[in-house]
Formats: sequence, C-alpha cells, structure tokens
Amino acid sequence: MIYKETGQYKSSYKSDHAIFPLIQDKIAFSTLMFIAFLVIPFVINSYWEKAILVPFLIFSLAAIGLNILTGYCGQVSLGTGGFMAVGAFSTYKIMTYFPDMNIMIIILISGLITAGVGILFGLPSLRIKGFYLAVATLAAQFFLVWLFNKVPWFYNYSDTGQITVSERLMFGIPVTGASAPPYATYLFCLVLVVLLGFAAKNLIRSKIGRSWMAIRDMDIAAEIIGVPPLKTKLSAFAISSFYIGVAGALYFAVFLGAIEVTESFDIMTISFPVLFMIIIGGLGSMLGSFLGAAFIVTLPIGLKFVMVDMVGMSAVTAKHFEITIWGLLMIIFLIVEPHGLARLWSIAKEKLRRWPFPY
Amino acid sequence: MSVELLNFIETVLNGLMSGVMYSLVALGFVLIFKASGVFNFAQGVFALFAALTLVGYQTGQVPFAHVINELFGTNYHNWYASMPNFLAIILTMITMIALAWIIERLVLKHLVNQDPIILFMATIGLAFALEGVGDLMWGSDVKVLDVGIPSGGSVWLEEATIGLAAEGSDYYGMYIDVLNVWATVIAVILVITLALFSQYTKTGRALRAVADDHQAALSVGISLRTIWILVWAISGFIAMVAGIMWGTESGVQFSLSLIALKALPVLILGGFTSIPGAIIGGLLIGVGEKLAEIYIGGYFETGALENWFAYVMALVFLLFRPQGLFGDKIIERV
Repeated sequence: MIYKETGQYKSSYKSDHAIFPLIQDKIAFSTLMFIAFLVIPFVINSYWEKAILVPFLIFSLAAIGLNILTGYCGQVSLGTGGFMAVGAFSTYKIMTYFPDMNIMIIILISGLITAGVGILFGLPSLRIKGFYLAVATLAAQFFLVWLFNKVPWFYNYSDTGQITVSERLMFGIPVTGASAPPYATYLFCLVLVVLLGFAAKNLIRSKIGRSWMAIRDMDIAAEIIGVPPLKTKLSAFAISSFYIGVAGALYFAVFLGAIEVTESFDIMTISFPVLFMIIIGGLGSMLGSFLGAAFIVTLPIGLKFVMVDMVGMSAVTAKHFEITIWGLLMIIFLIVEPHGLARLWSIAKEKLRRWPFPY
Repeated sequence: MSVELLNFIETVLNGLMSGVMYSLVALGFVLIFKASGVFNFAQGVFALFAALTLVGYQTGQVPFAHVINELFGTNYHNWYASMPNFLAIILTMITMIALAWIIERLVLKHLVNQDPIILFMATIGLAFALEGVGDLMWGSDVKVLDVGIPSGGSVWLEEATIGLAAEGSDYYGMYIDVLNVWATVIAVILVITLALFSQYTKTGRALRAVADDHQAALSVGISLRTIWILVWAISGFIAMVAGIMWGTESGVQFSLSLIALKALPVLILGGFTSIPGAIIGGLLIGVGEKLAEIYIGGYFETGALENWFAYVMALVFLLFRPQGLFGDKIIERV
C-alpha cells in the first residue's frame, strides 16, 4: 500500500533508467536530503558532529570505496587502513607545500594520489585471487603504515611523529582545525559524500560498473566475452582507492585534526571495521555502504551508553564486553542475514508494498 | 672462519628458529583450511586464549573474577595458589576441545555452504569475541607464563663457537635462545605425531579423506561434524603449544593474538593447503626476515622492517607461483 509501484508508467528510456524510478523513492530521498542539508546544520552540536555524523559520513565514503572493489569487482582487500593513511598524509604534505590551495582541491588531489598507490598495489590482483589477494593487500597495509611511521619526510620531521592539520577556510568559514564550527565540518563532508556517492552510483550503472560485475561473477568468462581484465581490475583498484583516499583525507583533516599513523590507521581500527561495514550493510549495494557505516559507527556508542551509563561498569570492562558483543553480533549477523542490511531493506520494501492488505 | 661468516650463520640459525614459531601458528591455519575450507583468522586469538587459560589454571584465578567483583562488589581472586604444570596443560587442552565443540555447534553448523569470504568474516568475528571473553575471564594485564621450559642464551653454544673465529678477532660466540631450541624440538615432535596420526589411524584417514573431498567423504559414511570438531580441537592444541612458546618468550598479552598476522605470509609462501608448505614457508620467512633486518635494514636507517618484509617477500613470490610453494595447483574452469 505504502510502497506500491502500480500506476507509475514510464514513457521514455530516460525515466526508465532513473536512479530512483519510483516516486516513493524520490520522495524519501528528497526528504532525506532536505533534512541532511537544511535541518541538521541548524541543530547540530559538537557531540553529534564528533561522535556520530562526521564519522558516519567519512566511513560511508570509505565503505563505498571498498564496496566498489570488493562488492562490485570481487577483489577482497584488507588494506583500507593503509590507503586511508595515503590520503591523510598526501593532504598533510600538500597543505604544507601549498598553503594557499583550497582545501577541497587538496582533498581531491589526495584522492588521486591514493588512486595511483592503489593501482600499484592492485597489480598483483592480475595474477592472484581470493584469499591470496586478501593477504597480498595486507602487505600494502603494513608497508604503508610502516612507511609513514618511519620515514620522517612524511611527517615533516616532527618529534612526535604526529601530523597536525592547520586551519583552512571554505567560503570564509573554517572547515579544518580546532575552531571549525560543527555545521561547517558536517556540511563539508556531506557535500563530498553526496557528490561522490552520486558519481559512484552512476559509475556502477555504466559500462565500467558492468564490467566490474562481470569480472566479479566469473573472470574467465568475462575475459572471453571481451572484458579486459587488466583495465577492469586496475580501474576498480584506482576508483576504490580514490574514494578511500578522500575518506582518509577527511578523517585526518576534518575529523581528527591530529593523527599518529600506527594508532589511527591500524588494521584493527580501520581495515576490519570497514570490511564489516560492507558485509553487514550488503556486498555490492550502495545503500548497504551507508547502512553498514551507520551501524558500525553507532554500535559502540550504544553499547557504551548501556554498559557504562546504565549498568555502571568501568570503562575497561565495558571495552572488553564491547569487543565480545561486537564479535558475537558479527557472527549472528552472518548466520541470520549473510546478504546484509540492504537485503533486509529490500525484504521490508516487499512487505510494505502489500501492507496492511495481504492480497 | 671469518667473523662475518659466523655472524651470517648465527643470523640464519636464529631465523630458522623464529621461523619454527611462525610455522607453529601456520600449521593450525592449514589444518583447518584443508579440512573445512575455513580460513580461520582466529588462530592467533586461539593461541592467546589458550595461554591465558593456562596461566589462569596455573595460578588458580577465578574466571570472570574482576567482572563479578566490579558488578556485585564482592572480592574473589584465587581458588588455590598453584597447580602442577602438567595438570594445568591437560585442563587447558580439555578447554580447547570444548571450545572447538562450541564453535562447531554455534558457528560453523549454521554457515555451511556460505561463501568462503563470509566464513572468513565469521572467524574475524570469532577472533573479536574470543579476545573479549579471554579478557573478561582472566583480565587483560600482562601475565608471566612459565611451564618450566628453560630460556635465555645458550652458554654451551657460546663457548663452543667462540674458538671458531680467527685468532685475535673480536668475537664472543653465537647467541641462541634455549627457548627457541626447545620450540624447535617440540614442533618437530608435533609434526611427526601429526603425520603418524593422519597416516596410520582410522580417524587420521578420515581426516585426510575429508580434506580431499567433502562430498565423497560424506558418501562413504564419514561424519563431517565429528571431523570438523576434531580438526578444530587439533588446531586448538597447536594454538596452545604456540601460545605457550610465544607466551613464555614475551609474556601473555594482547599482542600474542597478532602472531596470526605474522603467519599469513608464511601461508601464502607455503600454500594454504600444504603442511610441509607451512613448515618450509615458516623457515624461509624466518630466515628472510632476520637477514633483511641485518643486511638491508641498515640502508633504511629506520629499522623495524620485519613488520612488512615477510609480506613483500611473499608477494614477490606470489607473482611467480600464485598458489604458493606447495599449494594445490589452481585449475580454473568456466
């Protein structure tokens, strides 16, 4: 009843191929955009910004990136943390060399640099597959983190090995650094996420996205019907790394402000959680990337609230409980719904189509 | 012999021995992967959990003591002051077998026929859960593990080798940790036992049959479930041995679970499906790492190459042999 598509006729190919072919989807999406752009910026405070919204947006971007590579092209990667570090450190180096450059351009250039690094580490994917490739991408993770930790040029020879962001303006309002107001950092991330999200969605619907999926489903068959594996796999690595690099740049410049590479881009803090996001959200689904990011970002906050504030545990014990519950939830999720939250959403849509009249 | 040559030999020997430690972890991976097709990321946490449990039994800690104390304001600590090593090890083994049974019942049973990547993610979840449970049960402080294995430099070897250098040179003999020698001996015994077990016992044959072909094994009446529990229990046992070795060397703490990451390049070098591969891969990585640290590390002025060198070594190797040294040949059909 609520989600009924009957009576919505398409009279042109253009309307048939729209991203949101149903009027309900259009309304839902427009409402979401309206709330995101015109309501939240006025009510946002520093807690919501730092704890939920900005990390959610940044991790959505990283999840989209990994989903392009793993969900759409079928190349499992565990090197997300390393690639995010490339984005962060490129931003830092460009910022110090070009003090007058616009922050948006800096972040996009960092994404491009990460794309280059991604192509480099994507080369082995032409020879190896599956778990062998997953382990090979771990090489990227460890090598890159080691590089940024041990080569002083990358952190400008600072004593602590930390990199710190300087203040940058966008339309006269600071978006990075300590004095940036919550709405500015939020809107800055939101604009990037919406633009890049649409770009990704359209890439996936185009020829290049279809060739990724062909390679994912069966690479030999794809090769035989004329999909070039070299170009396809490397383009997936490049575009995926671009998104992850932008996410890393935002993570450093907008979200944290100061980072220490071994802590912030560790395999346990970035690579695995982002992989969880796309698996919990749904492999090969744009919506899934967002749902997964929302789930993983809010879960620890919810658990902490229940255990520390309601039950009254000490922070250390709560942390241990959190790890345990995290692991258990992960297993339960994989058992109950291996196709992720996106699949649950499509089941819900199916139900909503008929509800409340079953026939 | 020149001092350089002696140093080289010492490095290679030390590399071989640390390689044995890697092999111990890799062995657990290979066993599970062969028998159930699961890439068990939790192997490192298994080792941590086994070591924690062993220390807990040894010192008579009350499980979950600090959580109970915190929530209910009680003051439990220890049941008894100490337990003989032998008994504690046996109890730990029983715990690991129980753990294997629980894992099969609660996790694996429900994930039959899923994609390998889903199973892999489930074991990552398992790693998190088990790590949390280990911390909750036994506390997260660094513990000392001592089951009576001697450690420290070998004086005998040092004195025996000091005379090998040329007269008048500045050479103090080779340094080799006795603990590593013991680890090697135990690993060799373990591998021989495993080989004999899988070659000459009925269960061992069933194990190999399952590793060869799940469906064929099922059709001749081998219970997959029993075999899976068995295999997970055996890797739990190997994890315990690895946990004892690594725990004695560096104390029982969270970082113990990261040895799983150390074992991954060993696996890709040796091949996921080969037990000899795990051993030889471990030795190669151990030697390569130590040699790189000493002979290449100097050029970087930064050190700590061992974090990634093994991976790059394995990666370069993969370019030439995508299935590893001894892995099954990858045959692809459309």
